[in-house]
Amino acid sequence: MSPLLSVAGLVVDLPSPAGVLRVVDGVSFDIPEATTVGLIGESGSGKTMTANAVIGLLPGGAVLDGALRWRGEDVLRADPGRRRRLRGREIAMIFQDPLAALNPTQRIGRQVGEILRRSGMRRDEVRRRVVELFDRAGIPEPSRRLRNYPHEFSGGMRQRAMIALALAGNPALLLADEPTTALDVTVQARILRLLRSIQRDEGLAMLLVSHDLRVVAHVAHQVVVMYAGRVAERGPTSAVLSRPAHPYTRALVQSVPAVRTRTAIAHPLPGAPASPARRPAGCAFHPRCPLARERCRSEQPVVRQVADGRWSACHFAGEVSRS
Amino acid sequence: MFRVIVKRLLTGVLVMWGAASLIFLIVRVAPGDPVTILLGTDASAEQIAELTASLGLDRPLLSQYLTYLTDVARLDFGRSYLLGQPAMPEVLERVPATAELMLTSTAIAVVVGLALGLLAGSRPGSIVDRIVSACTIALQSFPTFWVGIMLILAFALAFRMLPSAGAGTPAHLVLPSVTLALPFTAIVARLTRTSVAETMGEPYIQTARSKGLTERQVLAGHALRNSLIPVVTVVGLHMGGLMGGAVIVENVFAWPGLGSLIVDAVSNRDYAVVQAATFLIAGIVMLFNLVTDLVYSQLDPRIRLDGAV
Ligand SMILES: Nc1ncnc2c1ncn2[C@@H]1O[C@H](COP(=O)(O)OP(=O)(O)OP(=O)(O)O)[C@@H](O)[C@H]1O
Ligand code: SF4
Ligand SMILES: [Mg+2]
Repeated sequence: MSPLLSVAGLVVDLPSPAGVLRVVDGVSFDIPEATTVGLIGESGSGKTMTANAVIGLLPGGAVLDGALRWRGEDVLRADPGRRRRLRGREIAMIFQDPLAALNPTQRIGRQVGEILRRSGMRRDEVRRRVVELFDRAGIPEPSRRLRNYPHEFSGGMRQRAMIALALAGNPALLLADEPTTALDVTVQARILRLLRSIQRDEGLAMLLVSHDLRVVAHVAHQVVVMYAGRVAERGPTSAVLSRPAHPYTRALVQSVPAVRTRTAIAHPLPGAPASPARRPAGCAFHPRCPLARERCRSEQPVVRQVADGRWSACHFAGEVSRS
Repeated sequence: MFRVIVKRLLTGVLVMWGAASLIFLIVRVAPGDPVTILLGTDASAEQIAELTASLGLDRPLLSQYLTYLTDVARLDFGRSYLLGQPAMPEVLERVPATAELMLTSTAIAVVVGLALGLLAGSRPGSIVDRIVSACTIALQSFPTFWVGIMLILAFALAFRMLPSAGAGTPAHLVLPSVTLALPFTAIVARLTRTSVAETMGEPYIQTARSKGLTERQVLAGHALRNSLIPVVTVVGLHMGGLMGGAVIVENVFAWPGLGSLIVDAVSNRDYAVVQAATFLIAGIVMLFNLVTDLVYSQLDPRIRLDGAV
């Protein structure tokens, strides 16, 4: 069965004062139906740009290459109208800062119901459906709260409203870009549980972008690890986290003691994260890699299958979980 | 909300008191003596003393001030030296002409300014944007009287399309209202442009796009109202400022409004009329500010006027 979304060799070039920046460089992964894929990596590794490319909301001047196959159709080359109609109804998105992502001067109920209203649904129908969505997103007293403005909601409630908004168009894929990063720690877990239960109950596919390994370990079936705009490694979450096939993943796992514990002490990742503006030649990770050798400095590793369902962009993938 | 309005109105009374006092002071400090102007320079000392007494100008300043304040409270500014009529009705008679001029100018400025601002702001950096920006900067830097004279030269004298002076027909309204509207239009256009461009970069605009809306729907449904909030404030405040422009424009085009009345009154030291007109203008400006605040609070739910001061 072909996956719901197939990202193949995705390239995103952004104009910048310092010239064109290749912020996403040949990223490939699949999102099967009803599956949560975690997208993880340090700040600046291109996670947000990858998600934005999927929904087609890149900053002006962005140049794309590669393919985005939605149910087999290459939407990267589809006309803008087709791309637009995918948004909201097939692919929806929730953002990191729900306060900024909600229109401050519109009642929340109106924002959540907009996509329904614009598709010609009757007003009382829209209202009924919005109440249902609020309910699904765990917002108490839905018929009262839908008259509130975003500033009258708490942070967690805003993100629930954002989730209700994203579900309104009944999408098949939900992109969640750091959905809990801006929230209180106590609220984070609840929002994650909500997302997981919605994903299961509705049979939704989800791309969960996070820099927090624990979030991904909790929620994602599969994980894509990005480094400097490229895929370092991808595969089933538990396998990747228990037996990394890339030194960068291993370093990530070791920096978070609670995830897969053999060591009790956190190992902070040594060295500075690579930026797309100054991406090292060869393997971009080589300046920070404990396994690096001469070949890594000159030859860029390709992403290759290293075991069933496991892909790694390390010349020495086989040595990672042995050393 | 009601309590806040009452509070604003009370503050307004204080402001008006301040305005009245300031007017009183300035008129008396300014050089030139109404008695000499009324009687001419060859009047006898006797005549001068008599008129001064009848106008109350011989009493001590404080006593003049107190009488003045009680009169102001009754909107009584005394009689015009020149016309012999009570000043306030004289001034009120001129209000409709000025209101016509100001409202027409504001309508032009808002409609044209918003359209240009939207056009430019929704495509920052585009050719349209650059043309609009260049034009608005140019417009803002020309002085009103100069623009007025240029328009008269072009449309009244060279092409003979429009009357250059007077009032009465819609054609008479064109040149003065356009002259008054041009710098205002530029301000509205520039502000709208900045505000729209800024709003279009907000995250909630991405949210709107993520719902599959067209750019036009995003602009009309989400960016417009929010980018208009600062514009409303400036339009409201600037309508008060438009009075200043009206004084110049009315004189350039011989428009029979408040502005030309004030200039006449000032050059003749017609205290009563100057005071009545200035007081009225202060009141109008204050009212504009109050209305602006109310509209603003209706546009932005975060700044509802209840409770918070
Ligand atoms: N509008 C832009 N123009 C040019 N470069 C940009 C722009 N936005 C982001 N970038 C650059 O693109 C790179 C990838 O950014 P992206 O936002 O995808 O990273 P991220 O992995 O989501 O990081 P974070 O965890 O900080 O959100 C960064 O190096 C960033 O500096
Ligand atoms: S390719 Fe070399 S530098 Fe890159 S991760 Fe593998 S061992 Fe390290
Ligand atoms: Mg990001």
